[in-house]
Amino acid sequence: MGVGIEVHRLNAWYGKNQALKSIDMAVPANHVTAVIGPSGCGKSTFVRCLNRMHETIPEARAEGEVKVGDMEVYGPDTDPVEIRRRIGMVFQKPNPFPTMSIYDNVAAGLKLNGFRNRKQTNELVERSLKLAALWDEVKDTLHKKSGASLSGGQQQRLCIARSLAVEPQVLLMDEPASALDPISTSKIEELIFQLKQHYTVVIVTHNMQQAARVAELTGFFLMGSLIEYDKTEKIFTTPADKRTEDYITGRFG
Amino acid sequence: MMPDSEKPTKSPSPIEQTPKPVTAIPTLAQAATERKPVVRSSVLDRIRKTHPASSRIPDAVFRVLILLTAISVFAIVAFIVYELIAKSQPTLHAFGMHFFYNDEWDPVNDVYGARPFIYGTLVSSFLGLLLAVPLSIGVAVYVTEMCPILLRPIISFLVELLAAIPSVIYGLWGIFVLAPLLRDYLQPFLAKTLGWTGLFTGASLGIGMLAAGIILAIMVLPIISSITREVLTAVPQNQREAVLALGATRWEMIRMGVLRNARIGIVGGIILGLGRAFGETMAVTMVIGNSNEISKSLFAPGNTMASVIANEFSEATGDLHLAALVEIGLALFLVTLVVNALARLLVWSITGPTGRTRA
Amino acid sequence: MPNSNYNSPSKEISVFRRLTNVLATAFAITAAVLVILPLLAIFIYLLTKGVQSLNWAFLTQLPKPPGEVGGGMANAIVGSGMILAIASLVGIPMGIGAGIYLAEYGRNLFGDVVRFTSDVLNGVPSIVIGIAVYSLIVVRQKHFSALAGSVALAIMMVPTVARATEEMLLMVPNNIREAALGLGIPKWRTALSISLRTASAGVITGCMLAFARVAGETAPLLFTTLGNQYWSKSLNQPTAAMPLQIYTYALSPYDDWHKQAWAGALILIIMIVAAVAAVRMVTSRGTLKGAS
Repeated sequence: MGVGIEVHRLNAWYGKNQALKSIDMAVPANHVTAVIGPSGCGKSTFVRCLNRMHETIPEARAEGEVKVGDMEVYGPDTDPVEIRRRIGMVFQKPNPFPTMSIYDNVAAGLKLNGFRNRKQTNELVERSLKLAALWDEVKDTLHKKSGASLSGGQQQRLCIARSLAVEPQVLLMDEPASALDPISTSKIEELIFQLKQHYTVVIVTHNMQQAARVAELTGFFLMGSLIEYDKTEKIFTTPADKRTEDYITGRFG
Repeated sequence: MMPDSEKPTKSPSPIEQTPKPVTAIPTLAQAATERKPVVRSSVLDRIRKTHPASSRIPDAVFRVLILLTAISVFAIVAFIVYELIAKSQPTLHAFGMHFFYNDEWDPVNDVYGARPFIYGTLVSSFLGLLLAVPLSIGVAVYVTEMCPILLRPIISFLVELLAAIPSVIYGLWGIFVLAPLLRDYLQPFLAKTLGWTGLFTGASLGIGMLAAGIILAIMVLPIISSITREVLTAVPQNQREAVLALGATRWEMIRMGVLRNARIGIVGGIILGLGRAFGETMAVTMVIGNSNEISKSLFAPGNTMASVIANEFSEATGDLHLAALVEIGLALFLVTLVVNALARLLVWSITGPTGRTRA
Repeated sequence: MPNSNYNSPSKEISVFRRLTNVLATAFAITAAVLVILPLLAIFIYLLTKGVQSLNWAFLTQLPKPPGEVGGGMANAIVGSGMILAIASLVGIPMGIGAGIYLAEYGRNLFGDVVRFTSDVLNGVPSIVIGIAVYSLIVVRQKHFSALAGSVALAIMMVPTVARATEEMLLMVPNNIREAALGLGIPKWRTALSISLRTASAGVITGCMLAFARVAGETAPLLFTTLGNQYWSKSLNQPTAAMPLQIYTYALSPYDDWHKQAWAGALILIIMIVAAVAAVRMVTSRGTLKGAS
C-alpha cells in the first residue's frame, strides 16, 4: 500500500533562476496524480524535488516541506539517499544498466545496497517483473540477456520493475512513455493503472490525453506555480482557471 | 475515497504573484490522515534496522580517497622537479649558464659543458623530423584521402604498430641491420655525391648521427602521422567539395581544401614529434656512437642529452659529474615541457580540448 | 560542344596540373610503402634472428659468464614479470582513481590543473623519471632494487590510465547515473559499480596500452633496477629485466650475446602481444550479448 504526499511551500532554484514558487499540494495515497503543463513550467522539477534528485544537479537547490508518509524529506537529519530508496523514479528515456543482465538490473537496487539474501532477491525480482508485466517475456533469459538488448517498451518496463524491487511506497514517473511507440505506451498506461493498487503514483506528462486516461487527479503547473489541482475530469471539462482552460484547449504550450 | 472538490474559485491573479491553487484536493487534513503508512517494511528497511547506515560517511571517505589519487599526480610531478633541481645544485652553482655554452666535457678534471649534447639532440632530432615529416604527411594524406576504404584500417594499424615497438628493439635493429646498411651502401654513396657539403665526410662507421636521425625518423613517424590524420579528418567535407567544384584535380583539392585548413594542427603534430625525439633515449644511445665532440659531418659519432645520461649515469665519477648529468636531465625536462605544451595548444586549436572537432 | 574559336591555353596547364596530381599521388603511395618497410623489416629480423637462438635453455637458464656460449635469460623473464606486476598493481589503481576524480568530481579549475599535470607527466622523457626515482629511492636506500624500477614504471603508467578512465567515464550517459541515484544507491557506489563498470571495457584497454608501453621501457630501469646476472632473492635487490638484458647484450662484443639479444627481443614482443591479446579475450568473453 502506498502513502500520501504532502507538500508545503516548496521552492526550487537552478542557480539564480527560481523554478518552483511556493508549491502547496497534497497527493492522496494509492491514486495516480498527473502533473501537466507546458515546457519549462516546472513539472519535472517538482517531481524531482520529491525524491531529492533535484539537488544532484550542480547549483540546484530546493527548500520547503515535503512529507511522504511520515518521512520528512527535507528534514535536517534526513539522508537523501534513504529518501531515494523509498521513493522510486522512472525516467523519460529508459535507462537500464547496459552491462548488466535483466536479473541484475532488477536486483541492482537491492544488491548495491547490501542485500545479500539470494532466495529473497530471486523472489523480489520475479515479483517486480510480474508487477511490471514483463515476467512472461523475459523469464527464460533473465541471466543471459543484457538490459540493453530489449526493445524500448520492454526497457521501460524493466526500469519500472527495477524501481519496484526496492519496495518503494511512492512511484514517480517523469514522462515515462514519451519516448515510446503507441503500443508500448498503452501497455505502460495499463501498467500504471494496475500499480496504483499498491503504490502512490505521480506522473509527469505533456500529453493531456494520457493524463485524462490514467490519472484521477491532475495538477496544472505554469511558470513554476501550481495553478489548478483537481479531479482530472473537472480539469479537462470545466477548468476553474482561465489559464488552465487556455492550455487544455491548446491556445499555448 | 475521492475527496470533494468544491471550493469558491478565485479570479486568476497576475502571473507575477504566486497564485495559490484554485482548489486543493484533497484537503491537507484529509491527506494527513492518509499519510499514516500501512505497516509494511521493505526488505531494505529490515536490513537497515540491523545495519543503519548513513551514506554520508562512505561518500565523504570515497571522495577523499579519490582526491588523494588526483593530488598524487601533482605530487609526482612536484617531486620530479624537486629532485632534478636539488640534485643539480652543485653544477648550477659551479657553472651557471656557462654550462650550456661550454663544449668541454671532462669528468676527470670536473669540467662540464653541455654544448655537445645540446648540439647532438638538436641535430639528430631535426634530421629525424626532416625525414619523418614528408613521409608522415604523405602516409596520412594517403590514408585519409586516397586509400581504398578497405585498406584504411590495415595501413593505420600498421603505422600504429611502429609506435608499439620498444625503443631498445629499435636500437638492436639499428646496430645490427641499419648500421651495416649505412656503412656499406648509403654512406659511401652519400660521400661520393654530396661529400662536398661537408656533411658526409669522415670514416664511414655506420653508427653515428645519421643512423640516429634515421631511427628517430622511424620512431616519430607514427605520432606525426596519427595527429595529421586526426586533423585531416577534422576538416569538414564541404571544404573539399568546394574546391572540387571549382575544377581542381585531386591533389589540388588536397592542397587547397584540406592541407591548408589543417596546417596549424599538422604543425602541432610535428612539434609533438619533436618533443618525442628530444626525449628518446635507448635507440639513440645504441646507434649514436658515444662521443662528446661536436662535428659537422653526419657520419661522425656524437651524443645527445638523453644518451649521455644513459651512458654515464651509472658510472658517474663523483658528485659534480652526477650533478652535471642531473642538470642535463633538468634541461631536457624543461625543453620537452615547453615543446609539448606548445604542440598541444596548436592541436587543440583545431580539434578542441577533448580531441573532438569544434562545431 | 566546345567552340572551336575558343583558343584556350588550358591544354598546357592541364598537362602540368595532371602531372603534379600524378606525382603527388605517387609520392603519397611511396610514403605509405616506405613507412611499412621498416616495420616489416624489423619484424622479419626479429622473427628470423630471434627464433634461431630461441631454445629451451634460453628460457630456463641463467646467463653464462661473458664470453661463454650458452645460457639464457630466465632471470630476466621472471624479473620483468615481477617488476611489471608490481608496477601495474601500483600504477593502475592510482590512474583509475585519478580518472574517476577527473570525470566525476573534477569538472572545475582544480580538475583542469590535474589534467594538465597529467599531460605534463605523460611527456616527461622516461630517462628523467629514472633519474628522479634514483634520487628518491635508490640513493636513500643505498642500493638498486626491483621496487625502485617498479615505482618508475608505475609513474609512467598513471597518465595513460587516468586519461583513458576519464574519457571512458565521460562517455557513460548521465541518465545511467541518474537511474542509480534514483534507486537510492549512494554516489560512491554509483561511481564504482555503475559508472566504472559501464566504462570497464575502455578502461581495461587503457590499462593494457599503459602496460604495453612500459613493458618495453629500458631507460627508467637503468639506474633503478640496474640488472642482475643471477636470480634476485628479494625485491630489494638489483634485478634482471628483459629490456635491460637486451641492451647490455646488444652493446657487448660477444657474438653469442648478440644472438641472445635477438631472442630476448622476440620474447619481449611476444610478452607484450600476449598480454594485450589475453586482456582482449577476457574482456570480450565477459560482455553480455547485446551489451554495447
